[in-house]
Amino acid sequence: MSYSTKVIDHYENPRNVGSFGKDEEGIATGMVGAPACGDVMKLQLKVGKNGIIEDAKFKTYGCGSAIASSSLVTEWVKGKTLDQALDIKNTQIAEELALPPVKIHCSILAEDAIKAAVADYKKKHAE
Amino acid sequence: MLKLPIYLDYSATTPVDPRVADRMIPWLVEKFGNPASRSHAFGWEAEKAVEEAREQVAALVNADPKEIIWTSGATESNNLAIKGAANFYAGTKGKHIVTVATEHKAVLDTVKELERQGFEATYIEPQPNGLITVDQFKAALRKDTVVASVMAVNNEIGVIQPIAELGEIARANGTIFHVDAAQATGKMPLDLAKLKVDLMSFSAHKTYGPKGIGALYVRRKPRIRLEAQMHGGGHERGMRSGTLPTHQIVGMGEAFRIAREEMATENERIRMLRDRLLKGVQDIEETYVNGDLDHRVPHNLNVSFNFVEGESLLMAIKDIAVSSGSACTSASLEPSYVLRALGRSDELAHSSIRFTLGRFTTEEEIDFTIKLLHDKLGKLRELSPLWEMYKDGIDLNTVQWAAH
Repeated sequence: MSYSTKVIDHYENPRNVGSFGKDEEGIATGMVGAPACGDVMKLQLKVGKNGIIEDAKFKTYGCGSAIASSSLVTEWVKGKTLDQALDIKNTQIAEELALPPVKIHCSILAEDAIKAAVADYKKKHAE
Repeated sequence: MLKLPIYLDYSATTPVDPRVADRMIPWLVEKFGNPASRSHAFGWEAEKAVEEAREQVAALVNADPKEIIWTSGATESNNLAIKGAANFYAGTKGKHIVTVATEHKAVLDTVKELERQGFEATYIEPQPNGLITVDQFKAALRKDTVVASVMAVNNEIGVIQPIAELGEIARANGTIFHVDAAQATGKMPLDLAKLKVDLMSFSAHKTYGPKGIGALYVRRKPRIRLEAQMHGGGHERGMRSGTLPTHQIVGMGEAFRIAREEMATENERIRMLRDRLLKGVQDIEETYVNGDLDHRVPHNLNVSFNFVEGESLLMAIKDIAVSSGSACTSASLEPSYVLRALGRSDELAHSSIRFTLGRFTTEEEIDFTIKLLHDKLGKLRELSPLWEMYKDGIDLNTVQWAAH
């Protein structure tokens, strides 16, 4: 499998790796995928009082494309509102990283991770 | 100086030994005759070379040269052996086939094809160490079992099946016993004068010979007959038609001659390197060896590094050429069926790396590999949410995953 230079760049220098402290304010977590399928993504968003995503962190178990997709997403969501973040589509991720057809599921998983994190935020702030 | 990348994938293929390549070259331009040409010296010298090579291949496994049939490789040998014997003897013996779930696809797909043609098949599930037991084999055989096929050495995990014992049982049952020995030649002694094996498949390129050539051993006493799968000029006593590729055959003969003469010392050296690698990775937390370590060829180490996905690990260690049991590259996302058959969890199967060492592997290369693995695994585990959960004391089996 040959990777695009962008995938390799994100894989070798992943952006925003890590987790937020367990009792930090405004944290939403989305965990998608399954070990059985060979990929699990954890995306965390730090949402300010104004509803803007101030920071994002990820951890991913998966192939290079899965790591690159989630790394890219942490860059893209920063500065966006939750609704704007939801507008990020897997096709944009796949296009940006030049993912081959067999790796499209990695971009879908990254989109799902955003959705899951936003849903987690809305659940926590439903009141 | 260390030359990168380092090749540790000798079970995928081996380089042609330079001594083998030297022997092959004259048979391309100068001595190009067709071994089947009986009317002139070009043919005679080619035929002589082919027969010498046949003796060399037979000698490695203590067989009679007349029992060796040239094929294009182990895949063709497996097809010819299993289909050829099943079709020939189905009428007299029956239409049941026994094999093992961890066989190479060249065997499994051949048996599947026979199932489509009306045969029945039993796939023995190995023990967690990758081996099948004599009792399992006995239980699988039926009165109408026409062919049983069990590999000598597994290509992924390197375990050695008890083919001597299995052969006795198959013979007593009147079942034709086929052994895929593609991964065994030059790695372990094979004595067909003693083994109750009726058909055995060989490949040249796993043993420092060229690609595109292999052989099938077909026992003469008692005589085993096959229905040809390739029809034509009646070469190889009608069992496999097609002009013999003299240079390939000469290469396979020389490769097997070298294997016979050097395997004892070579395997000791490779075993030491393999054990050095094993020792070097064993202190990495959550590392599991796949397959039995005692009943195993000396050059194979298959390890799962838990919580790190195999393909991303391959990317991280791109200075070494190895293969992974993860199948993230394929559309199916199914990890290695061999590791799954051993009862390994999906994540351990996805996290496996196969290291296979060989004739040209050095101690320096192994030490480099050990250091690289230590460096990169730490980095990838920092990236892994599963590692984080494990470190937080969460049992991953209790997590409700959203499979996709």
